[in-house]
Amino acid sequence: MLARAWNSDIAYSFRTSPVALISAGIALILILAAVLAPLIAPHDPMDVASLSLMDSFKPPIFLPDADWSNPLGTDNQGRDVLSAIMYGMRISLLVGFLSVLLAIVVGIAFGLLAGYAGGVVDTLLMRIADVQLTFPSILTALLVDGVISAALPRTMREALQIYVIIFAIGIALWPNFARTVRGSTLVERNKDYVMAARVIGVPSWRIMLSHVLPNVIGPVMVIGTLGLGLAIIAEATLSFLGVGLPSTEPSLGTLIRFGNDFLFSGQWWVSVFPGITLILMVLAINLLGDWLRDALNPRLR
Amino acid sequence: MFGVIGSRILQAIPVLLVVGIIAFALFAYVGDPLASMLGQDYTEAQRAALIKQLGLDQPFFVQYGHFLWLALHGNFGNSYRLAQPVSSLIAERLPATLELAITASVLALVIGVPMGVYTGIHRNTPLSRLFMMLSLVGVSLPTFLLGILLILLFSVWLGWLPSFGRGPVVHLGGWWTTGFTSWTGLKSLILPSITLGLFQMTLIMRLVRAEMLEVLRTDYIKFARARGLTSRSIHFGHALKNTLVPVITIIGLQFGGIVGFSLVTETVFQWPGLGLLLVQSVAVADVPVMSAYLMLIALVFLLINLIVDLLYHAVDPRLRIGR
Repeated sequence: MLARAWNSDIAYSFRTSPVALISAGIALILILAAVLAPLIAPHDPMDVASLSLMDSFKPPIFLPDADWSNPLGTDNQGRDVLSAIMYGMRISLLVGFLSVLLAIVVGIAFGLLAGYAGGVVDTLLMRIADVQLTFPSILTALLVDGVISAALPRTMREALQIYVIIFAIGIALWPNFARTVRGSTLVERNKDYVMAARVIGVPSWRIMLSHVLPNVIGPVMVIGTLGLGLAIIAEATLSFLGVGLPSTEPSLGTLIRFGNDFLFSGQWWVSVFPGITLILMVLAINLLGDWLRDALNPRLR
Repeated sequence: MFGVIGSRILQAIPVLLVVGIIAFALFAYVGDPLASMLGQDYTEAQRAALIKQLGLDQPFFVQYGHFLWLALHGNFGNSYRLAQPVSSLIAERLPATLELAITASVLALVIGVPMGVYTGIHRNTPLSRLFMMLSLVGVSLPTFLLGILLILLFSVWLGWLPSFGRGPVVHLGGWWTTGFTSWTGLKSLILPSITLGLFQMTLIMRLVRAEMLEVLRTDYIKFARARGLTSRSIHFGHALKNTLVPVITIIGLQFGGIVGFSLVTETVFQWPGLGLLLVQSVAVADVPVMSAYLMLIALVFLLINLIVDLLYHAVDPRLRIGR
């Protein structure tokens, strides 16, 4: 099983592509740093008791007056920037993964349905997707977020905010998946194996899920990877705008927003380092997505 | 020509009605307008009177018709946050957003198209490689982060350009305000429009490049070359013209993107436009502003689509015959 995976086309293409290896390496390091943050972060940024104003605004290590206990410096409350970034990445990645997962599930369901059923269902679903695609996804996410927050009772807003954000971003991204899945489903629907399954009386939902779905999943993986980059940017943007996650659990976007206030007083590192981390993360994910698209495209082999 | 405009407008009406229903449903069911208008102390009679006065005891579609009728007259109610009519808030802020969005689009077009043509014609020169690399960065950089980095470089470290606001504005013809007339106003426009336009610029550049590569391979370009036409005439008169249809589509669609992303740019630069208004309204669940913004944006998108369709007809003579 392992040997077969190692020798497959895609694994070969991965091993021989420097861009894929480097970006996978960066992505892996960032993900590990995020997942293992409670174990390996030098400080606990959530622990308010350990913060000391004496330590505030320490510069990063390559500037004078710095020391190794805070390699990337500290913020206005003496919070270690490196640790805050590691904890912030956890939230950014979590929201990114879950919202893309939601977009994939909704997109696959509607895409399969539209492609397989055709007719009115198809027209209706795809028209909704088209209209939504003309709006920028950040605007959709912002409006969905605003509406749900307005509908929720004030006391529950903060506790449910993370789910609201995941829902808002997921809803903003679903049309991309639905369109792709629908396109592939239209092709697969007329193939012999679907006909055969239908002839022997397999129910439609079963044909869609266990026969058509495995054959249309390839492009979904590509868009899912690129969508993860988009979702992480969307979450960071919403948090930067101040309508994202509550500031008790800062994500990368929230950290950048905090740091933005100190740009003019000279403490640029408070916002620039989370920013660089965000760029690295998105760039690595996008390059992986590009590679995956080329690797799965038989015409380019 | 007029047939196209007519059918487009007919198609637009249902879309506007649906967006109107969403906007109205927001208005009517999200949050409690009564609570915010009555305040803390009220009697049951006052409450009933207000319900009657606002028409909240009417059936849904009667209320919706009323809402549309008022919306047609530019009346979207009062902002919960600022207690001013939403329509005047929007009219006050619209010029700022439009000036920014148009400047950013022009910038993206004026720089993006030549860069695309250049990288399309000279595929492997170092300059082309540099342009392509820059475009990769442009695509991966989140808008707000680009804005922050530009502020850090040009406002904080170099001190060349202002980092927030529009500078002094001049009133033109009653309600339009412009920052174009003063040097400070123009300088204030530079960083936000670069921030807003960079993504569009890279997109236009990549698109023009891809289309140029495609067109330059076709037979009629080879024939033009064989007939001894100058490179200039081939590249700009023949090739570029035929790349324009997809470019116009993307620019049209992306103008919507620019309006959307302007809310991010406006927040970074504290630009007093519609986007900033929306972000501030979402943060405190100011529903009337949100629903008016939704209607306005839908209208803008439909107008853009109409203009794009008309431009097709201007650019592509094949569409003019036989319709």
